[in-house]
Amino acid sequence: MSTIPDNCKFASSHEWVRVDDDGTATVGISDHAQDALGDIVFVDLPEIGATVHAKDEVAVVESVKAASDVYSPVSGEIIAINEELLDAPETVNSVPYDGGWFFKIRLEDSAELDELLDAEAYAELCEGE
Amino acid sequence: MTNRTSLYQNHLDAGAKMVDFSGWEMPINYGSQIEEHTQVRTAAGVFDVSHMTVVDVSGADAEAYLRYLLANDVARLDETGRALYSGMLNDDGGVIDDLIVYRMSFGYRLVVNCATRTKDLRWMALQTSGYAVSVEERSQLGILAVHGPESIERLCAILKDCGRDGEAEAAAISALGNFRGVELDDWFVARTGYTGEKGVEVILPVDQAPQLWEALLAGGVKPIGLGARDTLRLEAGMNLYGHDMDESVSPLSANMGFSIAWEPTTRDFIGRAALIAQRAEQEEGRLPLLTGLVLEQRGVLREGQQLACTAADGSELGSGVITSGTFSPTLKHSIALARVPVGTVGAAVDLRGTATPVRLVKPNFVRFGKKVFE
Repeated sequence: MSTIPDNCKFASSHEWVRVDDDGTATVGISDHAQDALGDIVFVDLPEIGATVHAKDEVAVVESVKAASDVYSPVSGEIIAINEELLDAPETVNSVPYDGGWFFKIRLEDSAELDELLDAEAYAELCEGE
Repeated sequence: MTNRTSLYQNHLDAGAKMVDFSGWEMPINYGSQIEEHTQVRTAAGVFDVSHMTVVDVSGADAEAYLRYLLANDVARLDETGRALYSGMLNDDGGVIDDLIVYRMSFGYRLVVNCATRTKDLRWMALQTSGYAVSVEERSQLGILAVHGPESIERLCAILKDCGRDGEAEAAAISALGNFRGVELDDWFVARTGYTGEKGVEVILPVDQAPQLWEALLAGGVKPIGLGARDTLRLEAGMNLYGHDMDESVSPLSANMGFSIAWEPTTRDFIGRAALIAQRAEQEEGRLPLLTGLVLEQRGVLREGQQLACTAADGSELGSGVITSGTFSPTLKHSIALARVPVGTVGAAVDLRGTATPVRLVKPNFVRFGKKVFE
């Protein structure tokens, strides 16, 4: 199990969110999630400009094993998507916390971040699965 | 109770992710299933399939017994070492299991599925009544499948590292034609497999399997998990028992017609009467068929998805079902096997709420690394 980055917050549905310097946030799926899914072959991303709520289904990952919904951990407006994943979905497997990000979102309510798990709590969740 | 093959520690050493497979702890992959798949299509890989069940049949009536037990006809095995694929049917013509049978110097060797082991052995024992035959499970034999365009040369190169007569055995293995095998002391090596690629299966005493495994890995052959085994067999259009057929399915609805030996008509085998009736049903369009599907756009076809099927004149024929579906690493799009009404020329699958058309093709997608359908 690789290290869980402590600059991220996590949803119990295995997405991570990281607040960037400009106050927006980046979202992806955790290393634990990509490992459980196996080789990822397709990623469907949300539309730029869409307004989403926390826990909405906003993206889909298809692996060799299964299709899986990706939920937004926070509410806000989608301001960027990682189009590289459309041609190179395996990036999610190789660098889930870096080049494998899914979308960037302008936070509507930063208090929502407090409801998410920190790295330590997320590690415990994964341990228990 | 969990079973482990003699290669359990070797799998862990190779970085395997282990999963439960019908009561056996088996490697699903050693990192990336897609890389393993590509390794078999382009170079050479080794699979531990020692969880499969080896059954030896011998005795004066071995041939007569198997001619009654199996839908294919072992009388076609005119030389020692020859292999054939067959269904083992029940009286209703349903498929109890599919298997490979080899003609051996002592009689016959069957390799049957792991998930069906108990019912297969019970059924085979039940049918011995009246035959002078011995049916013996060989649980002390393991199986390594070595497949890929470089598989045979790489296996031959490391035989001497396993303390074998390398030169003579390499010559014997290299000379094998497809579906032929050779007994080499306590090993049996045959050109059979489940990938659509050149290669051999080595049946050997379980205590020798780790040495062969390590020698193959040292010789540049990569370990391949059961995940890639499934995508390889589906690209090759091969059925998986319990998914593409089972006891409720006629072999005629499972693309297994080629493995039924109708001739000679004087041979009585279990399920024959039912099959004759099913053949008539199929000619009248009442028995469905197993077909291949391709989805060339984004998305993955999955087992259990329903299909809306249409005939050549555009009329609706009712529903079909996907029995195996996956992403094809060789073709870079999804492929599937599906059971559909006779006369189906078009079909649509519901992908996350969108009716998506799929194309019907012959159920054979990739052979020897190349796309084979139109």
